[in-house]
Amino acid sequence: MLQGINLVCVRGDRELFQDVNFSLEAGGLMQVRGPNGSGKTSLLRMICGLSQPAAGDILWNGQTIRELENDYYAAVTYIGHLSGTKDDLTVLENLQISSALAGTEISIDRAYEALHFIGLKGREALPAKVLSQGQRRRVALARLLVCNTPLWILDEPLVALDVMAVKLIQDILEKHLRNGGMAVLTTHQEIKISAASILELQLA
Amino acid sequence: MAINWFKYSSPASFYSLAGKMIPFFTVIAIILLAAGLYVGFFIAPTDFQQGEAYRIIFIHVPAAWMSMFLYVVMAFWAGIGLAFNTRLSAMFASAIAPTGAMFTFVALWTGSLWGKPMWGTWWVWDARLTSELILLFLYIGFMSLQAAIDDPRRADKAGAIIALVGVVNIPIIYFSVQWWNTLHQGASVSVNQAPSMATTMLLGMLIMVFASWMYSIAIILKRIRVIILERESHTSWVAELQKKGTVS
Amino acid sequence: MFIWIIKRDLLLAVRRQSDVLTTLFFFIIVVSLFPLSVGPEMNLLRAMAPGIVWVAALLASMLSLGRMFSNDYMDGTLEQMLLSPQSLSLLVLGKALAHWLVTGIPLVLMAPVLGIQYDLPVDALAILTFSLLLGTPVLSLIGAIGAALTLGLRGGGVLVSLLVLPLYIPILIFGAGAVEANMAGVEFDAHLSLIGAFLLVSMVFAPWAAASSLRVSLE
Repeated sequence: MLQGINLVCVRGDRELFQDVNFSLEAGGLMQVRGPNGSGKTSLLRMICGLSQPAAGDILWNGQTIRELENDYYAAVTYIGHLSGTKDDLTVLENLQISSALAGTEISIDRAYEALHFIGLKGREALPAKVLSQGQRRRVALARLLVCNTPLWILDEPLVALDVMAVKLIQDILEKHLRNGGMAVLTTHQEIKISAASILELQLA
Repeated sequence: MAINWFKYSSPASFYSLAGKMIPFFTVIAIILLAAGLYVGFFIAPTDFQQGEAYRIIFIHVPAAWMSMFLYVVMAFWAGIGLAFNTRLSAMFASAIAPTGAMFTFVALWTGSLWGKPMWGTWWVWDARLTSELILLFLYIGFMSLQAAIDDPRRADKAGAIIALVGVVNIPIIYFSVQWWNTLHQGASVSVNQAPSMATTMLLGMLIMVFASWMYSIAIILKRIRVIILERESHTSWVAELQKKGTVS
Repeated sequence: MFIWIIKRDLLLAVRRQSDVLTTLFFFIIVVSLFPLSVGPEMNLLRAMAPGIVWVAALLASMLSLGRMFSNDYMDGTLEQMLLSPQSLSLLVLGKALAHWLVTGIPLVLMAPVLGIQYDLPVDALAILTFSLLLGTPVLSLIGAIGAALTLGLRGGGVLVSLLVLPLYIPILIFGAGAVEANMAGVEFDAHLSLIGAFLLVSMVFAPWAAASSLRVSLE
């Protein structure tokens, strides 16, 4: 269970949001909404443990994530604005290495399978620099297929994706939630995702 | 007891406390400085080896001591700020750095002035002067790093890390420079070979050290007040101060 | 994961060989400038050679520090590394090691050739190379702290030199000192042992300090 308690975010000397509270159960989806600059990305980075809240606390199964550290990171997959793909590595290398760095080493077969599923068949050996924006995004999102973490934190995962890919991500997310996973999501696009519980968090 | 300490660890109450303390330390600093300079320049006897020129040590030695001591104090507060996430201690560290750098510069400058009559050149690569020069680089590094970072929280933490890395390295650097100096048979006269000091010389030196202390405290408190105002400019208590027109 | 990060950084360096070569040529050019500035007097040059080669190695290693984290920072890989469930210090150690393999080792290999330009005797050449072999990893390790602290700052490249060069001084003193001691016919073992000691100490503390710096810089 993921809980946020009275979270406050300060950037420079400006308070982005205060007293944000939420509680996310297994199988639940939280959609963070709000206009540009309302602190959506800041909140997501906070939930990941990348930045510290100015006040308040984030609990994972009742324990503060500051003390859990690596035990918590083992449960999280974060895909941010920046895709984290290396221009000089091939698509296959990118997926293998990023998964290894995230703590799950995968076989080549597994990597091929995930890349086929996400629609990058035939491009496995191309260096990432020749890919389009949407294809790079797919390389990053392919990690969702090979990771086995319960909590996914996705910052604008649908940006630059075509209709087919959006549908694909929707399916992957729904399957993850059905299996008892959790997801925190920001998106400006409307997508319909069915889940056991859907939480909407509105930032001013 | 604990309540008291926490009361003053909030920037708002420390701001007014510092305001009350500054005049006190300033006055003592001026008195001690006058006394120290008088003893040093008029009462202390002329040195039979070095003549009148040696009197520069009444400024040089306290400045050199302060420069090293303040770096340690700065690293201490920075470390406390990093470990316990206390804003005020990080502000202390930022406020100490310019004063420390100033003393380092004074020590180098007076060392050079002293060197001319002693060694015949403005600069010798003596172990102490060289270490002092490196110390100046460390201060400058700390201040430039903090100045380059816009977000005050990141500036505090990054500064703390470099200050702590610096304080661990200072003994190593000092030792290396000593080794290098003896290896290369550098300057033959160095500060610690000064002839046994007359009591009045020692007295003058001690008074000057205390004067530097009081001056440092006063100026650092003054600087902290400025930092607090800058950092807390969005809070209500600063707005109130501004309304009353008491922001100095 | 330690192995993965080294493999990845080496692979990236192989795909981007120009970066490695630029650092190496910088080293060669700086060393070659000195005879042009002080004159071709061989006795003078021989006396200055250890210092010149070491200073140039310091500068070359420092120049390449910017690349240690900044590419990963820009494309978001560094964020992922911070969220990795393994020890971040170990990961930084891996990155520093990769940085050394890519920039330090070429400098070490090139040093004897440059020493010949300065007419260094054979045993002095050997000691110069060995002192660089021991000392350059320390430069990468200490440099990692500076690189991590200046991540994403304007003027980061110049700033990193202000932070890191003073910390390099002990290595410079003992590295160049070892060669000079040998040329003067004095014992030089102590110098090399001290560099070895610095290497051990920095292997323990520098990754930890750099890892904390990364967390601060990415917040």
